[in-house]
Amino acid sequence: MNSFSAISYLASAVCFIFALRGLSSPQTARTGNLYGMAGMALAIATTFFQPMVDTYFWMLLAIAGGGAVGATIAKRIPMTSMPQLVAAFHSLVGLAAVFIAIAALWSPAQYGIGIPGHIHLSSLIEMSLGVVIGAITFTGSVVAFGKLQGTLKSAPLRFTGQHQLNLLLAGGTLVLLVIFCASEYKFIFLLMTLLALGLGVLLIIPIGGADMPVVISMLNSYSGWAAAGIGFTLGNPLLIITGALVGASGAILSYIMCKAMNRSIINVIFGGFGTQADTGSAATAAEERPVKSGAAEDAAYLLQNAASVIIVPGYGMAVAQAQHAVREMADMLEEAGVRVRYAIHPVAGRMPGHMNVLLAEANVPYDEVFELDEINNDFSTTDVAFVIGANDVTNPAAKNDPSSPIYGMPVLDVEAARTVVFVKRSMSSGYAGVENALFYNDNTMMVFGDAKAVCEAIVKALKA
Amino acid sequence: MATLNEISERMEGLVNEITQLSEQTEALKAQLAHSGGVDPFIFGITVFVLACFVGYYVVWRVTPALHTPLMSVTNAISGIIIVGAMIALGPEQGSGFSRLLGFLAVFLASINIFGGFLVTQRMLEMYKKKEPKPQHSESGHE
Repeated sequence: MNSFSAISYLASAVCFIFALRGLSSPQTARTGNLYGMAGMALAIATTFFQPMVDTYFWMLLAIAGGGAVGATIAKRIPMTSMPQLVAAFHSLVGLAAVFIAIAALWSPAQYGIGIPGHIHLSSLIEMSLGVVIGAITFTGSVVAFGKLQGTLKSAPLRFTGQHQLNLLLAGGTLVLLVIFCASEYKFIFLLMTLLALGLGVLLIIPIGGADMPVVISMLNSYSGWAAAGIGFTLGNPLLIITGALVGASGAILSYIMCKAMNRSIINVIFGGFGTQADTGSAATAAEERPVKSGAAEDAAYLLQNAASVIIVPGYGMAVAQAQHAVREMADMLEEAGVRVRYAIHPVAGRMPGHMNVLLAEANVPYDEVFELDEINNDFSTTDVAFVIGANDVTNPAAKNDPSSPIYGMPVLDVEAARTVVFVKRSMSSGYAGVENALFYNDNTMMVFGDAKAVCEAIVKALKA
Repeated sequence: MATLNEISERMEGLVNEITQLSEQTEALKAQLAHSGGVDPFIFGITVFVLACFVGYYVVWRVTPALHTPLMSVTNAISGIIIVGAMIALGPEQGSGFSRLLGFLAVFLASINIFGGFLVTQRMLEMYKKKEPKPQHSESGHE
């Protein structure tokens, strides 16, 4: 690598930092994204004109082919499917890392890390780490994709001896890594890759349901570390920097998600929701308590006569594709002089910021959308809290029931509002499998039905 | 007979020169490894740790409303792995197996890069400030 390419790699690293920096506000985000594209174009062009690169036809074919596929997906994907898309993209990075590490082992001279049979020890270690992280990212993301897409059951899958098996696989991978670094046997390398692929599946299978936002952020982080691992193998600072940026980003998001659920990352990885909660909630669910339920027209009446309304969307809104109907309802209320705001819990939806994107898609201005900390005190001065497709994030048990599995999780204080309108399909408990006492409150009105259908019915009633 | 002796003397001289030369190369190699002072791996670690700090501070400033675009854009830039893939595919006379893997990796990384940046762009287009008179909403994807 000559000085010129080193400088242009540095320039693209700086562009990537600007791309992330731009996301600090919606006004600067688009410019930031353009910086990111420019950085990537620069990096590709620089590599393209390296002296050891002379397969121009196949190179352009692969880039154009991949680009066409990527662009088509980006254009067609509905916003509700963003979590799946992100998981699928993570898996591609993981798989690419595996391919590159294997290619580096087969032709080390190309990467300047030695000749076959005599690769530098540090390169062997870096290569192994790159392939192991890449393989875990790949299969882990494929499983996450399946769970989000609904191809696989989203509920955590557990079996006896799971932790022991994981430990065994992880230990085996480590032993093979040491043997490989000492011997440089290609067979051992491939075996190690296979073990890591298996480990990726087993690590993600037991996590599911409400923990999906953490999983997806974690895999985001892994894909970054995989890129950094390949960067070390190649001795390329750009890959190291970018990998570190992405890795840090994913790690921070995982931390934010865990904090929003009051759980530690260790707890998320090794213990799923639902399993320990089963006994406790089943007992309480047995007793029948009276619930006040109303029709869409009653909800419309309440909303119309309110001075201020806070809408609390959750995953149910995404499933029902109700964001446009919600927005239409909000518009009508605003025209009638009602102050409408939106409150978003950090873990609402299946990935960080999922609800914000859906509301933005429905043309809800982002300055009407508020985070938990910003709006939580305002519920007490609000007439109607309109909860649509959210459940666990409003559960007061998190504040006053130490035996609840979600105890300690920060929740939206919707019960402080004068009236709470809950739009839900049925009385079933939320993803965490916890009963919500809010349903039985005097100031709660349940509106049963599909989120979209209910909103449309409310709009109709408002028009009348 | 004298010629034979001469030849053997010359050969000895040549052998001496060769040994000297090889000693010199060894010395040069040692110099190259040490005169730079730092192992490339240490250099890499330095860059890595500093970049982690940069990432930490930059990402904490990202507004929560943009966390989904953050994921998709980091997704796109982790496609930078394409640089490694291009080197694997690069040389005409490289091994066929490595080049095949390189080709596949370039293809996969390109999906990531194009898909990631474009979907981010599409999302960011949707974030708007409140307008005095809301425009007619585009209710697509139904």
